[in-house]
Amino acid sequence: MSRYIPNTHTDIQEMLEKIGVSSIEDLFVDIPKEVRVNGNLDLPEPMWEAQLLAHMEGLADKNETIKQNTCFLGAGAYDHHIPSVVGHIVSRSEFYTSYTPYQPEVSQGTLQAMFEYQTMICELTGMHAANASMYDGATALAEAAKMACTVKSKDRILISKAVHPQSRKVLETYARFNGIDVVEFGYRDGQVAMDEVEQMLSEDTAAVIVQMPNFFGIVEELDELGELIHKKGALFIVSVDPISLSLLKPPAEYGADIVVGEGQSLGNPLNFGGPYVGFFATTKKLTRRMPGRIIGETMDEDGRRGYVLTLQTREQHIRREKATSNICSNQSLNALTAAVYMAVMGKEGLSEVGDLCLQKAHYAYDKLLQLDGVEPMFNAPFFKEFVVKVDRPVSELNRHLLSSDIIGGYDLGRDYPELEGGWLVAVTEKRTKEEIDMLAEKVGELL
Amino acid sequence: MKNRPLIFELGKKGRRAYSLPQCDVPRRNTKELLGENIIREEGPDLPEVSELDVVRHYTNLSKLNYSVDTQFYPLGSCTMKYNPKINEDVARLDGFTSVHPYQPEDTVQGALELLYAMDGMLSEITGMDRVSLQPAAGAHGELTGLMIIKAYHENRGEGHRHKIIVPDSAHGTNPASAMMVGYDVVEVKSDDRGCVDIDTLRDIVDNNVAGLMLTNPNTLGLFEEHIHEISQIIHDAGGLLYYDGANLNAIMGMARPGDMGFDVVHLNIHKTFSTPHGGGGPGSGPVGVKQDLIPFLPVPMVEKEDNRYYFDYDRPLSIGKVKSFYGNFNVLVKAYAYILSMGAKGLKEASQNAVLNANYLASMLKKYYELPYDRYCMHEFVLSAQPQKEKGVSAMDIAKGLIDYGFHPPTVYFPMIVREALMIEPTETESKETLDRFIEAMIELAKMADEDPDKIKGAPHKAPMKRLDETRAARHPVLKWERDS
Amino acid sequence: MEVREDLKYSKDHEWIKIEGNKIYIGITDYAQDSLGDVVFVELPEVGEEFDAEEAFGVVESVKAASDVYVPISGTVVEVNEELEDMPEKVNEEPYESWFIAMEIEDTSELDSLMDWEAYRKFCEEEA
Repeated sequence: MSRYIPNTHTDIQEMLEKIGVSSIEDLFVDIPKEVRVNGNLDLPEPMWEAQLLAHMEGLADKNETIKQNTCFLGAGAYDHHIPSVVGHIVSRSEFYTSYTPYQPEVSQGTLQAMFEYQTMICELTGMHAANASMYDGATALAEAAKMACTVKSKDRILISKAVHPQSRKVLETYARFNGIDVVEFGYRDGQVAMDEVEQMLSEDTAAVIVQMPNFFGIVEELDELGELIHKKGALFIVSVDPISLSLLKPPAEYGADIVVGEGQSLGNPLNFGGPYVGFFATTKKLTRRMPGRIIGETMDEDGRRGYVLTLQTREQHIRREKATSNICSNQSLNALTAAVYMAVMGKEGLSEVGDLCLQKAHYAYDKLLQLDGVEPMFNAPFFKEFVVKVDRPVSELNRHLLSSDIIGGYDLGRDYPELEGGWLVAVTEKRTKEEIDMLAEKVGELL
Repeated sequence: MKNRPLIFELGKKGRRAYSLPQCDVPRRNTKELLGENIIREEGPDLPEVSELDVVRHYTNLSKLNYSVDTQFYPLGSCTMKYNPKINEDVARLDGFTSVHPYQPEDTVQGALELLYAMDGMLSEITGMDRVSLQPAAGAHGELTGLMIIKAYHENRGEGHRHKIIVPDSAHGTNPASAMMVGYDVVEVKSDDRGCVDIDTLRDIVDNNVAGLMLTNPNTLGLFEEHIHEISQIIHDAGGLLYYDGANLNAIMGMARPGDMGFDVVHLNIHKTFSTPHGGGGPGSGPVGVKQDLIPFLPVPMVEKEDNRYYFDYDRPLSIGKVKSFYGNFNVLVKAYAYILSMGAKGLKEASQNAVLNANYLASMLKKYYELPYDRYCMHEFVLSAQPQKEKGVSAMDIAKGLIDYGFHPPTVYFPMIVREALMIEPTETESKETLDRFIEAMIELAKMADEDPDKIKGAPHKAPMKRLDETRAARHPVLKWERDS
Repeated sequence: MEVREDLKYSKDHEWIKIEGNKIYIGITDYAQDSLGDVVFVELPEVGEEFDAEEAFGVVESVKAASDVYVPISGTVVEVNEELEDMPEKVNEEPYESWFIAMEIEDTSELDSLMDWEAYRKFCEEEA
């Protein structure tokens, strides 16, 4: 028997006797013969522990990592430093082997940590309330659009083309099956084309969605846009990079009604794309329309402060087809990761990370622009990521860099044919001047 | 008694837990770089604590949780089985954690190989033809599966089909997911054996039916014995059959949804395949389909050609993307390791012992509680505390009472068709000794309900907290900490 | 269980107070008791129109949510905003805690409602 199954032969016999059957097979009488599996499933022979470890290491070794290479790739997933403490805390099995905190008396660890997480997200975004996480930034954005349509009883969404292509694709899928009409508006010099929004914004628009900084790394000016959207009675949805909010104004200040984003940057490993964590925050007025789990403060019978899952009537297990969303499991452990990360970095640390990214990204930008064959693509302020135009195919450039153990930037031509040759380069606090100089040197070699 | 401090209430200005490099590039003025108008006046008010403060705070918090590693956790429909440690180890390998999702395919062949193999193994286990690994959780899998069903009907010119049938015993996610794709939900009631009422089903079904969502074994822990007939009724009407895999742990290696006539399946990797629940997530909810539905699976799929793996985005009938990147990859790494550890024989033994353990508990407890459907169960069963309720002790009181015995409570008040429901799922990873201690506790609680009901109503007495006031939390929501409060 | 003689009642356990062609709607003592602690009341906006039997709001306890219906068609002219901050009033004083006031056109529609005696009997049967 597997080491994960403790029943011995004697145990099994004793239990069968108490049940009153002669074999385990008898317990499966309800499964009709014709749907039974004959013999064994066709799966690989079981591996013992050392063999499994060797096999897994073999697979892992076939992947290049950001530890063997210097990473200038971002585009929604970032190589920020993860403090050692973070891994230690989230590896405590009292956290990772528990379930959704349905029984608050024996789940205060998860509940309080999530309450603190919600507080931190509100602090970053300036919003009134946050939920305890969504699957990722893209699904959080799609759910925000759906929520806006329900709140406004309208079914048209405007979204900026400078929002992450994956988020737009996920929104498109959710919208298609929900009868929501999604219309994209363009960008000018890398920023929201206000005149297009103005033209497209109509009385039947439920919400307008922008990303900040946008997919090109560019910092948008959104005060005016917020006013315009509200004047037309629509909601303003902003998708944000949480690290940028150490330096940039909280979206509440420019009128956001719903703020979502990808929380990977906050201490979560790159993990080849997941699990990450979507955050979701909104205004007081819309709190009860939010999807997902929410933790609230209360008291126990002794009058001590404690935490519980609350506003549950919004959720599927109570409201069924009338729920605000179908979400049940979320990304709690990744939200915990984000919370521990923010606790470690603190007010000063997070701002320093933001500032280091900003400074180093600008140094890299200037350095690259000194090269022949590298041109600016846009002329707009950016945070930790920027676009330059290179006069060789981006894939060729990235191949060249990889041979020098550098993972190059994102090829914008993949999603924006009009930006062929656009190279989206991310520079986090981890990149040193030396590495940036090396990047410029290697790019210079090819161009 | 003093309140436990929040992390915000610890620390003071100037204290730090972080380590960062000096800026090694020439500094420029932040306002000039970003523009004055967009700069934040003051940084976010995050905690200012030392590294030890952080470690101690969260370590102490963790000790307030019940968890699989510390307690028996018989939470029905959640399959709280042991989460093997080797899986955690392999998932932490740099080659899995430190890989960027946009790296060139040639640099991620190991990851793609794993995903491809996972598709194959899960297809084999469920009897389906292909599996998408993208959905992030069970409910996300349901959403994806229903989108596939809708796209399939639309592609056949049958977009008028707007009804999804769900049993009254179904998980709340089923109707909620159907709503998310714009379907109307029609409920079918259960018969007196706890299964779908076939006659009612016949009455409901017409050519507007898009599909039926079924958990099998269902949430009462009972196998739908008439699955063949159900499948025929739905298919004859042109509908599709959807398998909610929440309870797959009962039947691995014994029976396959694909062989029962299901067209679409979602799995809960974090239940059946031993990956930890993480206090509510991350999970993973792969979706498997039969041949005819493969074209509609979300993009991308991993394909193999000449020993090279690649992402296939060229799928014109695909429903599109449902999540960023490729699903909860690191969760899948753990499940992959689990399947390789268990093999075909091990998975079958897991299901057999899960079923054995559940039946053992049911047979020992049915004298003390009501067992509304007295049949052999599969991996879980539902008791009713109605006899106790009549003495003033509710299912919730029993649940809280169990806490004092060091057990996590079962799922309570679900499924809704059983009054005072206690839904118990022991899983295969618990020993007979643990089950016996649980039985003893349940019997004592039943006796207490008879003799000293007030004692249970005050439970838990030994937990980190007394019962919490959920009414207060919902009436006047406090959803974040405020500095002045 | 309290039933007031001066009110009319619906099968959905709402009470209706009639003042000319204006009616006030709330939920009965029986309804609040079976719901348990009310934690939230969701109300429509002034000016919204409803058809008979249409849901105009939701009343919630911790673990349940029930729609509340307008017994006859009309237009909302007032909503009781006090309930948004003090949902407990619905438990404490169900017959003072009106949810909305509506203006109705066809008062004959009111004839289908139960009087207090019929409603009391209705509740006894339901229990």
